[in-house]
Amino acid sequence: MVREVDVSEITKNIREMCISVNYELSDDMKKVLSSAKQSEKSPLGSQILGQLQKNLDIAKNDRIPICQDTGMAVIFLDIGQDVHLTGGSLEDAVNQGVREGYTDGFLRKSVVSDPIIRKNTNDNTPAIIHERIVPGDKVRIKVAPKGFGSENMSQIFMLKPAQGIDGVKEAILKAVNDAGPNACPPMVVGVGIGGNFEKCAEMAKEALTREAGVHSDIAWVSDLEKEMLSEVNKLGIGPAGLGGTVTALAVNINTYATHIAGLPVAVNICCHVNRHIVREI
Amino acid sequence: MELHMELPVTAEKADSLHAGDFVYLSGQMYVARDAAHKRLMELIEKNEKLPIDLKDCTIYYMGPSPAREGRPIGSAGPTTASRMDKYAPTLIDLGEKAMVGKGKRTREVLDAVVRNHAVYFAAIGGAGALLSKCIKKSEIIAYEDLGAEAIRLITVEDFPVIVVADDHGNNLYATAQAEYRKK
Ligand code: SF4
Repeated sequence: MVREVDVSEITKNIREMCISVNYELSDDMKKVLSSAKQSEKSPLGSQILGQLQKNLDIAKNDRIPICQDTGMAVIFLDIGQDVHLTGGSLEDAVNQGVREGYTDGFLRKSVVSDPIIRKNTNDNTPAIIHERIVPGDKVRIKVAPKGFGSENMSQIFMLKPAQGIDGVKEAILKAVNDAGPNACPPMVVGVGIGGNFEKCAEMAKEALTREAGVHSDIAWVSDLEKEMLSEVNKLGIGPAGLGGTVTALAVNINTYATHIAGLPVAVNICCHVNRHIVREI
Repeated sequence: MELHMELPVTAEKADSLHAGDFVYLSGQMYVARDAAHKRLMELIEKNEKLPIDLKDCTIYYMGPSPAREGRPIGSAGPTTASRMDKYAPTLIDLGEKAMVGKGKRTREVLDAVVRNHAVYFAAIGGAGALLSKCIKKSEIIAYEDLGAEAIRLITVEDFPVIVVADDHGNNLYATAQAEYRKK
């Protein structure tokens, strides 16, 4: 049975999701931030974590975005193969949702239409859209606005297979250490291992949208996530980069098959304002 | 140390600060990001008059989200300072005394801080809602066409910052990380 979904439904949901995600973090992020405050050893670091929690309260209660960089809107769409989208172009509908959300929600318009000419589009469009066709008759929408202080500190490494898991660990530590205070730590670290050049970057991005505190289903990956979180926290960068024992709140890793000749690793750095929200329609 | 300081920051006040001090600033400061800095530099190169007075000024690297009705400004946290590194030494040599931003600076900027008795403060990145509450007034004074990147003059009250680089040559990012580093 084919289910019809009017694309205006998608516009409406994306509009609401863009607004809500910029004013309130998801519960998983709130939880890891509050346990970070408990475990931080640096007094200044702990004071900063306290201010970040206060910032979240003010954002929610006074309707001020958590961060002024309300990001470039990254949208993941899992579209059931039994869905028939009607009422217009899907891409236009997504961008219309972003446009309305960023305008009506008093969010910053941070997108320029051309990377060299750099003229602001004044409505934060276009979004970055990742579509997948999946079984079923639902549309799953994930909205994850990404700030560029941390995006700029992300790195990709085309390792040789011989570098193995040690090479992967080094790559993750290098990216986090290079990011330092610029990425508004405590960070969330999204890692993609395997695939090819673009696949590992996309996996790293999507890893950021996984609930903080939830680990991979694959045993070695889950172990690596835990080990790397503890290693990253030994770097000493700390909250706001001013020294401390909490540099990252989570390390989330996604993996995929790869070519016999390669071991691609992408490290997408996100700040503590790691925004993600999911709805299914 | 925790202290309160009235703006403007002068050479004398900058001298009294040390990396790691937690300072609450009150008074007026400019707001500018890279697009505005680029335009200021073009005027300086052409020897033309600037829209701001650099002497003893503080520049906050920030591009706010839009203000709701009845509010002076929206979310207003710091942006990455390294994008201003190309321009900052010249501005400091011409009188700028304090910068507020986040993240590492180049050697050239740190040297200019020492040479001119200036200071680099960090505001807490990603605390834009909290910092917004310390901004009491905001007005666009130049480059309105740049939108969120226009130059503003803001009035702040007890605006929290941390001294990262002082004019004695200290750099908190380097020393604080070393203190907690376990490898
Ligand atoms: S890196 Fe994150 S917290 Fe920092 S300014 Fe950008 S969006 Fe905000």
